Amino acid sequence: MTAIVTGPRGGVRPAPVLHGYRFELVKLLSQWRIRLLLLACWIAPAAFVAAVSLQSSLPSDTVFGRWMNSTGWAGSLVVLDFSCSWALPLLTALVAGDVFAVEDRLGTWRHLLVAVRSPKRIFVAKTLASLTLILLLVAGLAASGIVGGLAAVGDGQLAGLDGHLLAPGDAAGTVLLAWACALAPTLAFAAVGLLGSVALGRSPMGLLMPALLAFVLQLAQLLPLPVAVQLALPSHAFLAWRGLFTSPAQAGPILAGLVVCLAWAVVATALAYRMFLRRDFTDLSYDGSGRQILVGAVLPLAALVVVAFGVIAGLTPATGSGVEQGKLQNSLATAYSHLYRLQTRELHRPDVTEAQLRATASCDKGGSRVLDEGPGNDWRCVVSWRLPGATAVGTAIYQLDVTADGRYVADGDGPKEVNGYFQVRTPTGDAPNPLWQFDGNVDLLAGTPKE
Amino acid sequence: MHRTSAVQARGITKSFGDVIALDGVDLDVPSGQVHGLVGPNGAGKTTLLGLLLGLAVADRGSLEILGTPVGRTLSVPGGVAGFVDGPGLYPSLTARQNLAALASLRRYDAGHTADVGDALEQVGLTDVADDRVRGFSLGMRQRLGLAAALLTRPRLLVLDEPANGLDPAGKYHVHRVITGLAADGAAVVLSSHRMDDLAALCSEVTLLATGRIVFSGPVGKLAAESGELDYRLVTSDPEAAQRLAARTPGLRVVPGHDAGQRQDADVVVRGPVPALDELVVRLVQAGVALRELGPVVPPLEAAFLALTGTGPEPTQAEPAQPEPAQADPVQAEPAQAEPALAAKEEAR
Repeated sequence: MTAIVTGPRGGVRPAPVLHGYRFELVKLLSQWRIRLLLLACWIAPAAFVAAVSLQSSLPSDTVFGRWMNSTGWAGSLVVLDFSCSWALPLLTALVAGDVFAVEDRLGTWRHLLVAVRSPKRIFVAKTLASLTLILLLVAGLAASGIVGGLAAVGDGQLAGLDGHLLAPGDAAGTVLLAWACALAPTLAFAAVGLLGSVALGRSPMGLLMPALLAFVLQLAQLLPLPVAVQLALPSHAFLAWRGLFTSPAQAGPILAGLVVCLAWAVVATALAYRMFLRRDFTDLSYDGSGRQILVGAVLPLAALVVVAFGVIAGLTPATGSGVEQGKLQNSLATAYSHLYRLQTRELHRPDVTEAQLRATASCDKGGSRVLDEGPGNDWRCVVSWRLPGATAVGTAIYQLDVTADGRYVADGDGPKEVNGYFQVRTPTGDAPNPLWQFDGNVDLLAGTPKE
Repeated sequence: MHRTSAVQARGITKSFGDVIALDGVDLDVPSGQVHGLVGPNGAGKTTLLGLLLGLAVADRGSLEILGTPVGRTLSVPGGVAGFVDGPGLYPSLTARQNLAALASLRRYDAGHTADVGDALEQVGLTDVADDRVRGFSLGMRQRLGLAAALLTRPRLLVLDEPANGLDPAGKYHVHRVITGLAADGAAVVLSSHRMDDLAALCSEVTLLATGRIVFSGPVGKLAAESGELDYRLVTSDPEAAQRLAARTPGLRVVPGHDAGQRQDADVVVRGPVPALDELVVRLVQAGVALRELGPVVPPLEAAFLALTGTGPEPTQAEPAQPEPAQADPVQAEPAQAEPALAAKEEAR
């Protein structure tokens, strides 16, 4: 049956959205699973960050992980990076992916319809309630990570992904902005959760939809896809916040990610709304139909990816994977300059500016037989710099592991006294030489710099 | 006194794909009446109740609820409450929270919601008001569902199998609430498979089979539709009773016992009530004590089975033998048999 939903009739008004919203929140918060999630999100990051920050072995495979015992702000960013990979898609799955399906499992749709008298308002109330809860969970993750880090390590300067140092105030603002950026893909995945919950009814596949989508997109991100395709996927915005930690900020991927994610959020929510209003609530064994899900959910979202790809490809100069030799060289030289200054300070040597260093980098990927572009762990770069008053040009070699999302890890390969492993004294204690290993980020959307 | 119509349905048809759930159904339920819906599984009862609750729309026909015509759009009429396919309750909430949430949703609605505590008291759940519904039995859930319906002070209460899982105390509470609502002028439409509930509660019943009405009218009239019933007799002398039954005009002895029947049932006979009266007289005259007499299947149930064609194949009964010339029993007052029959019906 296709029910046409109309407004109130015969003087009977539907329940106000605010009442329905409050009811939905009460229902969500009465579930042990949700309470545990809230507790975990508000406590676990603080405990994790505080504990790890005091260790000598840091999670250096995570962005900002190697700075966790230098500043409390790094801990929150490690939590953010982990959340973007797993926690946020999972949270959206558990909250938005279940908010409609729970009524199917409990067989309460008819009761709810009789009580609220408006499927439209039920949809709005459920959507707002799940959104509120997701925001509460994300706020918990952010606040808890920040509090844990600041309490354990303190409010130190944070080294960005191009090596420049952010003063505590700037770091605080940028960290909060990064969490705010992560809300856009969270909303997109929440909308997919709503869609799955509406489309699949009692089937557990509805609950799994955001997590499954995140898993598939993460696999896709490992591939050297064209940059326009990468940015057309909603998962890229989970990584784009890293661009905030360079100077200037890599605004292109961030803006593209925000627009793509908001489009996903709007389209998926609209599809869920349409599907919800057309649903037959008299069918108690509703598990969705394959054709309906294909036509009503999968194809429109696939079309959205295609449209986003077309727009990004048409509006931006980036081609191929976006990881190009010139951009990588620029990024590495910039990061090296900033971190060289940091090393100079930590070794109590005379200060030298980035301009004086005039650092340049020359990168090669996999030797002469391989094209110098794209992700891979076979990038080898030589950084050259000059010191004021010295005629000799210093050089340092780095092995770079560049991933498809533009992040790279530079691993010092000599000379040992420049980028080898040794301890330096920092305000928070001894730490590895900042030029030994560091993270960087290539702006995938930037044009190729001229030689 | 003229009673207004709470439900007036004419020619209601509803299909789900190729399956016709309701086929030209007419239904009239005046205010203040408890109306029963009966029928075998899949007869269309829940579909019809769903239409009354505004959960679905009919494909054809006209439906007027509480004086308001229901159109082709999905909406819930005002003053209507109830549940189909079990009450919708949230197991993670307490009974009080479930009702409070519902009251909150309805509070704006003319400000006529009943007090939560009062609703819980009416259905006898005050003691467990703050327990989570997760631990409730089916009967307690049914009563809580009824309490939820009471919150809105309905003028039409629609209940699907409200007697499911009820213990005697729960049944008492539910019956009291339903009859109280009807006494206050509300119409109640309920479905049930329990004919004793229908007999106790309903003044009229509608019997559905495969989406069509096969009977609609007073309960007493439905009982009369049962035709000849099988009666079980327990006597002090089974052989004599069987012999006398076989000789009573109009009665036939049903041989053997069906599985599940009581094994101490001496004789099972089939025939009209006057013939049964005659048998009782003859038993008394012959000095055979009649300890128990009652229908094998209650009249309402028998009518249900007969009208819906869902009953078991009838057992071949042995016709009454010609009465021997020397047998000339004294006619007894048929009324003598009535107490035994009435006592049996009462016990049920």
